[in-house]
Amino acid sequence: DPQRTAFLLRKQWTLYSVTPLYRFSDAHLRDYARLLSAFIAAEKQKGLAVEVGVELGTKVTVSCLPDLKGSDQDQAAILVQLSLRSPAAPKNSEEKLIWSGWFCCVAGDDLSQNVPEDFTCLPLFLVNGAESYTAIVGSWFQKTFDCYFRRLAISPLNLSWMAAMWTGCKVDKTASAMELVFSVPRLPQPLDISYAIHPEDAKALWDTVQKTPGEITQEEVDVFMDCLYSHFHRHFKIHLSATKLVKVSTAVASAHCDGIIKFLQSQYLTGVLMLLTELAISQIQ
Amino acid sequence: HLATSLPLPSERDHLRPRIDLIAFMIDIKSKYSLKNVEASLAHVDANFFLGKVCFLVTGVGRVNYCSVDMNAIWKLGEVYCSPVLFCELELEGIRVATAQRLLRMLQICAGHIPGVSALSFGTLMRNSADD
Repeated sequence: DPQRTAFLLRKQWTLYSVTPLYRFSDAHLRDYARLLSAFIAAEKQKGLAVEVGVELGTKVTVSCLPDLKGSDQDQAAILVQLSLRSPAAPKNSEEKLIWSGWFCCVAGDDLSQNVPEDFTCLPLFLVNGAESYTAIVGSWFQKTFDCYFRRLAISPLNLSWMAAMWTGCKVDKTASAMELVFSVPRLPQPLDISYAIHPEDAKALWDTVQKTPGEITQEEVDVFMDCLYSHFHRHFKIHLSATKLVKVSTAVASAHCDGIIKFLQSQYLTGVLMLLTELAISQIQ
Repeated sequence: HLATSLPLPSERDHLRPRIDLIAFMIDIKSKYSLKNVEASLAHVDANFFLGKVCFLVTGVGRVNYCSVDMNAIWKLGEVYCSPVLFCELELEGIRVATAQRLLRMLQICAGHIPGVSALSFGTLMRNSADD
């Protein structure tokens, strides 16, 4: 149901890999919300205040996103949201959402099959909101479920896979340009090169490269990227292959090597999550 | 002798000493370096591939900067029957250890170690890598 997951689109999510959670149960989500809320209040009292000024109540909701999973073996996604509610404001006033984080697992059989009974596999964690809240929520989960969070970085090799995969996706509306950003190493001043390609040209190129629809090989990704690089070299005499690919933006999604993702199309949300789950699992193992 | 690509300029051929070992350096952060090595390999006489060639992969310390598919590198080692060494140039200890390894290999390839030929050593290295 695209409506229920629409709020995940067009937001910038920072990625983490999470080791399996010990004795986590999706039947106790309300209890977890209560405990986390108390923990946040306690942290604030300790002087690790996240808001300067008037003491505002932080409301915590922990809910399940049943649509976000790959197969029945996957644990459904768990969403944690922090909202601010001023005690002075009238009862029915809107709460302001200040932080969202969700755990997810799409096609994570590689991990969930090899893990003992009491563990729940939700290897991918996506965050939108202040780093200070991320640290507090993260440390509560780590203490409560004996898990470990780590920033998920995306290598240039994986980014080029995403560029190829997402270029091949059919998009209904007029697609936005495909953009690749490269960082040039070993210069006294940092230099970024942005290479924008008309989406129809990119798709046409990919269609000539891909042999079997639905399947992608490393060779095909290499040929696709090499074509883009040689085209650029012909015009600018710069070898992009000697630089570092740091960001890929297409109509489907955009990804940055520091582990930042933006979903732009609800129909491909699960597909992108599957890829990110795979990256998270290989970072854990 | 350090070169950015092969073939070496022919003008200096007569001044050049005998070449005992060629180490091709591939920077895992640069696809361009792999392409460059692949192009240069075509200019190497077949006799060198009897133990006088090795591939040195650098930049392996930071996995998240990887721009080169590792399978392509393994395949290169297989196709050209030459060992693949890994190192991280930015760490002094590893840099020094790798230099010592290369020096040892060079001594063997130059025939300075009695009883060990370049070919037998190369085979030994490849077999131990397969294990």
